[in-house]
Amino acid sequence: MNYGPLIFLGAFFALSGSWFGFVLKPQLQVGQLQQTNSVPDGALYPLGRSGMAKQGLDVYRANGCASCHSQQVRQTGKVAEVRVTEIVTNIAAVLKAIAPFKPNISEKELTNSLPLTVLRSEEKVQCDVLAKTFVAAGAKAEVWIVPVGPDISRGWGKRRTIAEDFLYDSPVMLGSQRIGPDLANVGSRWPDANWHLRHLYAPAHEVNGSPMPPYRFMFEKRRIERAPSPDALVLTGDLAPERGYEIVPKPAARALAAYLTSLHANEPLFETPLTLPPPPPPATNAPTVGETNAPAK
Amino acid sequence: MNAVSKPSEIDVSCRLPLLVLFISGAIWLVIGSVFALLASLTFHKPDLFSNSFTFTYGHLVAVRTTAFLYGAGIQLGLATTIWLFCRLGRTLLVQRILVTVGAAVWNLGVTVGVIGILVGDATGFDGLDMPGYAALIAFLGYLVVAIFAVLTLHERREPALYVSQWFLLAALFWFPWIFATANLSLVVFPVRGVTQAIIAWWFSANLQIVWFGLVGLGAIFYFVPKLTNRQLNSHYLALFTFWTLILFASWIGVPNSAPVPSWVPALSTVGSVLTLIPVITFALNLHATVEGKYSILTANLVSKFVLVGTFAFVVASVLNTIGSLFQVSQITDLTWFVPAKAQLNSYGFFAMVMFGAAYYIVPQLFGTEFPAPKLIKAHFWLATIGIVLIVLPLAAGGIVQGQLLNNPSNAFLSVTKTALMFLRLSTLGDLLIFLGHLAFAFNVIGLVRQYYAARAAELIAAATAEIGPSGAKA
Repeated sequence: MNYGPLIFLGAFFALSGSWFGFVLKPQLQVGQLQQTNSVPDGALYPLGRSGMAKQGLDVYRANGCASCHSQQVRQTGKVAEVRVTEIVTNIAAVLKAIAPFKPNISEKELTNSLPLTVLRSEEKVQCDVLAKTFVAAGAKAEVWIVPVGPDISRGWGKRRTIAEDFLYDSPVMLGSQRIGPDLANVGSRWPDANWHLRHLYAPAHEVNGSPMPPYRFMFEKRRIERAPSPDALVLTGDLAPERGYEIVPKPAARALAAYLTSLHANEPLFETPLTLPPPPPPATNAPTVGETNAPAK
Repeated sequence: MNAVSKPSEIDVSCRLPLLVLFISGAIWLVIGSVFALLASLTFHKPDLFSNSFTFTYGHLVAVRTTAFLYGAGIQLGLATTIWLFCRLGRTLLVQRILVTVGAAVWNLGVTVGVIGILVGDATGFDGLDMPGYAALIAFLGYLVVAIFAVLTLHERREPALYVSQWFLLAALFWFPWIFATANLSLVVFPVRGVTQAIIAWWFSANLQIVWFGLVGLGAIFYFVPKLTNRQLNSHYLALFTFWTLILFASWIGVPNSAPVPSWVPALSTVGSVLTLIPVITFALNLHATVEGKYSILTANLVSKFVLVGTFAFVVASVLNTIGSLFQVSQITDLTWFVPAKAQLNSYGFFAMVMFGAAYYIVPQLFGTEFPAPKLIKAHFWLATIGIVLIVLPLAAGGIVQGQLLNNPSNAFLSVTKTALMFLRLSTLGDLLIFLGHLAFAFNVIGLVRQYYAARAAELIAAATAEIGPSGAKA
């Protein structure tokens, strides 16, 4: 009997099953994703990368950076935390309210350790109730949502990465190995493009003992003509070129550094709630805009 | 209807295209293992290629993978498929010249692909590194070979299909579909966002687990009964293996850590677990076939390769299933465990079976023996010890690495350094495998050279005999 057509059809249906599941369905679901709003700020997310960073993504691909670096932060769960931030009125009452959680804390220790995390719990309701008791006792208390997991404790991100984070990247290179550290948030960890340039030039010099290969071909050594280039790397010790010469990054290196500094995947979104710390108060005493006594125009 | 063809006639009809496929496969193996060694050396001396864009670690790894999967894996698979279709169907190869041209075009595509990777045109997708223009050339070459392989199957004189033909026919059809889908949706018209990553994982698993699985098991189902001179224990169980393999294994691939909708990795895990069914039925079927005759298999060099490949297939599949479980993947994902299990499957299983097939088929094509039979034995041991020296350290290193990384108080750099100690051990495995490939290439190319040298000598002798004085016999 001729089973040829049967084999063909069988293989056809088996493969179409997985094709519908893993090609068509994800395309219908993830392929239609649109920009979303962060929670609770409502800011648009994600924003496209700058032109320079997009070129950097291409440098990242061309050099095969994803062979060693992943861009996926994992999260094992999330917890709610109650933090006492300030004692407003009755410190004795606050101490009493805290006592079940921090039995041996003294008045002085409490004021010194503010803001103090009193409880971590997977039940947010429990934290909400507790926060209310602290407020009633005369303190300021906040409930924070904190994603947890080894990657997050390592500082690789504030939350897990999700599909939304890669909406405007092509190709999407999530990586399959962590020979080097995860880069999903490297722009938050190392926001300085010059650091990235120095690191690409001499990794072991910036991160002591790093086994990452140097990418010297992305830099050019040239004689200083009238004045040193403002782009030249600030190198010290045995890395510094001889007098009269400087090391200048080529466009590929600058683009790659721009891409790396553009990597932030820590916006709080609906799927990945978290509470971010408020922006730090302005460093100077100068009044912020709109808060002067000058009469309005 | 024509009469069935004799094995010797069949072998002559396959000679030219198979020669191209086997020899170029052997050369790609050597190229691939040179790049594997260079990549591995980068970890011993990180600034080895610091001034070279061409030889960055990312390029070395991509070329190694491409040379190995496309240069060697698919070519050796196609060669074995063609020969088995002819022999099992008792028919001559259809359009041998066009098949040869197809094989040459495939090689052109892979060569362009490797050069493309080295100049920075890699796609960025692991396992699909060849740039689009190279993939197109290779794809056309594959189509030519596959079409005539299917026509050869159609022309068969033996109407009943043996299980091997089921596996091989499905594989012939599988590759163009997945390769075209992946290239169209990732390179030509890239889809948006992480769908790209899902498709890349889907493609990679369908190539390395389903395609390699179909061709490798198809070959094992032929060679093991043939070499032990027994009937396959159960035809129907083998067909059950076939159906379950294509139904379940085609869902493998997406790791649990991936930032994609969680039903995707969940389905992959289900697929991996269910793939144990074809693996177990295959192992049982084979064991029942060989039972009591294992000594025959261990006495013959060809079957030694096949036996190691069979064993590696079972172990690699079990590792794959275990690694796909959520709790385990929390440790093993994103570590050296990932390449360890991939190499055990693609090298320990598929390449080993293909080596056995090549050592069986090539001498028959030419009716001669290999010039250096001792090198076959050497190749067997180099390859076997080599793959163990790669997989064991990397798998162990991956587990250690994963466990250390899951404790955030371990500094990342110190964990990396611990893992790199295991990796440096695997460099030795890369070296042994490289030497094994040299032995393989030497034997295959040497045999062909010897054959044509002998034929040339014969022709010269015949020509000179004719012009000699006819009556001058001593």
